[in-house]
Amino acid sequence: MRLPFLKRAATFEHGIHPSYHKETGSLPIRRLAFAPRLIVPLSQHIGKPAVCCVNVGQEVLRGQVIATADGFVSLPVHAPATGVVEAIGLMPSANGKMVDSITIRVYQADGQAVQVSEPRDVDAMDKKELLAAIQATGISGLGGATFPAHVKLSVPPEAVIDTLVVNGAECEPFLTCDHRIMVERTQDLLRGIRIAMKISGAPRTIIGVEDNKPDAIAAIQAALPADGSITVKALETKYPQGAEDTIIYALLGREIPAGQRPAAIGVLVNNVMTLAYLGRLLPAGEGIVERVLTVAGPAVERPGNYIVPIGTPLRFLLEQVGAHSSAKEIILGGPMMGMTISSLDVPVTKGTSGVLAFAKAQLPKDATRVYSCIKCGECLKVCPKFLNPSHMGLLAAKREYEAMAERYNLDRCFECGCCSYVCPSHIPLVQQFRIAKAVNREKAAA
Amino acid sequence: MSIELRTSPHMISDRSVSRIMLHVVLALLPVCAFSVWQYGLSALALIVVVTATCLLTERVLNRTPGQPSSLSDWSATITGILLALTLPPAFPLWMGVVAGFFAIAIGKLLWGGLGYNAFNPALAGRAFVQAAFPVAISTWVPAFAVNRFSEFIPSSLTAPLMIPPSITDWIKSQHIDAFTGATPLARWKFENVTASTHDFLTGMVTASAGETTAILILLGGVYLAARKFMDWRIPVAVLGSAALLAWAFHLYDPSRYPSPAFVLLSGGLMLGAIFMATDMATSPVTPVGVWIYGAVIGVVTVIIRYFGGLTEGVMYAILLGNALTPLIDQYTQPRVFGTRQKRT
Repeated sequence: MRLPFLKRAATFEHGIHPSYHKETGSLPIRRLAFAPRLIVPLSQHIGKPAVCCVNVGQEVLRGQVIATADGFVSLPVHAPATGVVEAIGLMPSANGKMVDSITIRVYQADGQAVQVSEPRDVDAMDKKELLAAIQATGISGLGGATFPAHVKLSVPPEAVIDTLVVNGAECEPFLTCDHRIMVERTQDLLRGIRIAMKISGAPRTIIGVEDNKPDAIAAIQAALPADGSITVKALETKYPQGAEDTIIYALLGREIPAGQRPAAIGVLVNNVMTLAYLGRLLPAGEGIVERVLTVAGPAVERPGNYIVPIGTPLRFLLEQVGAHSSAKEIILGGPMMGMTISSLDVPVTKGTSGVLAFAKAQLPKDATRVYSCIKCGECLKVCPKFLNPSHMGLLAAKREYEAMAERYNLDRCFECGCCSYVCPSHIPLVQQFRIAKAVNREKAAA
Repeated sequence: MSIELRTSPHMISDRSVSRIMLHVVLALLPVCAFSVWQYGLSALALIVVVTATCLLTERVLNRTPGQPSSLSDWSATITGILLALTLPPAFPLWMGVVAGFFAIAIGKLLWGGLGYNAFNPALAGRAFVQAAFPVAISTWVPAFAVNRFSEFIPSSLTAPLMIPPSITDWIKSQHIDAFTGATPLARWKFENVTASTHDFLTGMVTASAGETTAILILLGGVYLAARKFMDWRIPVAVLGSAALLAWAFHLYDPSRYPSPAFVLLSGGLMLGAIFMATDMATSPVTPVGVWIYGAVIGVVTVIIRYFGGLTEGVMYAILLGNALTPLIDQYTQPRVFGTRQKRT
C-alpha cells in the first residue's frame, strides 16, 4: 500500500518488484567484432517482408540496401557489413521458424566504415519527406515490438497528439541498453525526439525513466532545451512500468481504452533506443546496420552493452562475451517477456534488445512443484490490467478457453508474466493464457 | 552446449504454498505455547493429538502414486493446530481425533484437497463436534491449575466412545475463586456481566484453548501481514465491521450492549478473524470481495451473539462467509484497465 503523501515517483497500479540485476548499467557501451558470416533476415519487423535486391556472389558495401521495402508497412534492409553475398535462403529465426535471409561473408580486412550515406538537413524537411526518410533508414521499434518506426509515427489525421511519451523505463531485469543510450547518446535522443514531435505535431514530450537510473535522468536533464517543451520524469522502479498502458498511466493518468491505440487519448509512445537511432541515422542519411544491446546473465563472463552488427549469430556473440559451456537457457529480450531460442545460429535482429544466458533457470528450488490454486489472490494484486488470472487459470485447467475470453477479458492480457511470477502454487498462468489465446484464434479463423 | 526451451517468464518469486503455510504455523506457535502454559498437559495433548490426526488422515487418504506427500505443504498442520485451539482445553482427546478426522477427510479431501474445499476445514471439524458432542464442547475449565504440568484434566483421558466423567469435583479441588464455568460471552448473555479488558489481555478468562490470548494472536497476524503471507484486509474488515456495529449498539443502549472492546476480545473473534477468515482457499480473491466477505463475517458474528440462541457466532459467521465466497467473487470482478477514461 502506498500512501499518497509518500508518493515520489510516478507509477501505475499493481505490478511486481523482481530482482533487477542491472549491474551492466554502469558499463560503457563497447563495440563487438564482426562475425565471419552475418545472417540478415528479410523480415525483422511487423509487416510485409523486404524484397531481396542482391544476388549470390554479389559484393555489398556496409550500409547498402540489400532488400527493399514492399509497400508502406514494410522496411528495407541494409548490408550490416562490407562483404559478399554467400547465400540467399531459409535460415533459423528466434521463434523456431525458418525465414528468408541473406547470408553475407564479411571481408575481415575491410575497415567496415559505413559506405553509403546521404546526409541531409532534417530541419528543412516537411512531414512527408521525413516519414519517407525514416522508412529508408529501416528502423523498426528497437524496444522489441519491431513495428516500423515511420508507421508508428504516422498518426491518423483525425487524431490530435498532445503528448509524446518517450519510454526510458527499461523495466525488464538485466537489460540496460536503453539506460546506456540515455547516458551516452543523449543528443541523439533529443534530436530524435524533436523529429518525432515535428511529425506527430505533439507540443510537449515527457521522457519517463525508472528511478533506478539517476545518471540517465541527470544526463537528460542537463541536455533539455530551455523552452520546457521536453521534460523528464522519474518513474517508480517496478515491472512492467515500460508497457505502453502502464507508462502512459504513470505519466499522464490516462488509460488507453480497451482495444484502441494510444493516439485515441492523444498520446504517442516511442522507445528511447528507437528515437536515439532516429536522431543519429536520419541526419546522416544512413540505414540501420547495427544496434546496441545488453548481453548478460549468470553464464556470461563479460556482460555489458555492445554495439552488435545486425545479423551476428548468437553463437559468435556468446563466444565473444565468454559464455560458459554451462549455459542452459539463452533468452532473447528480458527474462520476464523474452523468448528462449532453440538454435545458436539465430542472428541478432533489429528488435533484439538483449541476449541473456542462464546456467540454469533462475527459479527457486521447488519451482517445479505445482500445487493447485489456493486462491490467495496474489495474481489479482499484481496484474497491471486488473484481470483475474486466478479464475482464468481455473478455467484454463478445464480448457474452457472461450469462457476466459468472454467472461474474463483474456484478450486484454499482454503477457507481462506478473501472475506467473508471484503464483505460490507455481501455476504457469501466463503460459496457459498464451495457449488459450492461440486456441481461440484458431477457432475464430476456422 | 545443450540449450533448453522454456516460455517466459524466466524468473519467478520465491513464494510458494509450503512457505506461506509454514509461516502461518510459525505464527501460531506462540498462541499454542501460551495455551499450554495456561492449561498444561491437557492443552498440549489436545494440540498434538488433533494435529497428528489431521496429518495421518491427510497422509492416508491423499496419496497419489509418484507424487510427494501433501503433508509437505503444511496445510494439514495448520488445520490441526487451529482446530485444537478452537476446542475447550478439557475436551476428551478421542473426540479431538473425531474432529481432526472429520476436518481433513470431509472438510478438505472430499472436495479435492488443498484449494478446492469450500469451507475452512478446521471450522468444518469444529462444527461437526459441536453438533456431535454438545456437552463436552461447552465444558470449560479454569486456567493455571496447580498440577497442570503433572496431571491431565480428568476428562481429557476419557476412553474412546465413552462419555467424559464430570469434572466438577476436579474444578472444586483447584480452589480457584470466581470460576463460574461459563465463558465471558455466556456470562454477558445470561448474567449481563462483562469481563474487563485487562482480563482478556492477560488471558484470565474462560475460553477455548487458543482463544484467551488476544495479544499473541494479534502479533501473529501482524507478522503474517507484514511478511505478506496473509491478506490484512480480511481481519481489518472483520474486526472493523464487528467493532462498528457493536459501537452503534453500545451507543444506543450501553446498559444492555457491551463495549466494542469486549466484542473484539471475547470468544473466538480474534483467532477467527486473523487465522481462519483469512484462509486463502475459502475467501474471495477480488479486491472488493475481500472487504464484503470480512464485513459479512463481522456483522453476522455480532448479530448471532446479540440476538441468536448461541453465545458465540464466529464459527457460523465464517462458515457463512465461506459459503458466500463464490458468489461474492462472481459479483465483484475487478474493473479491467482501459474501461475508465480520465483526462488530465
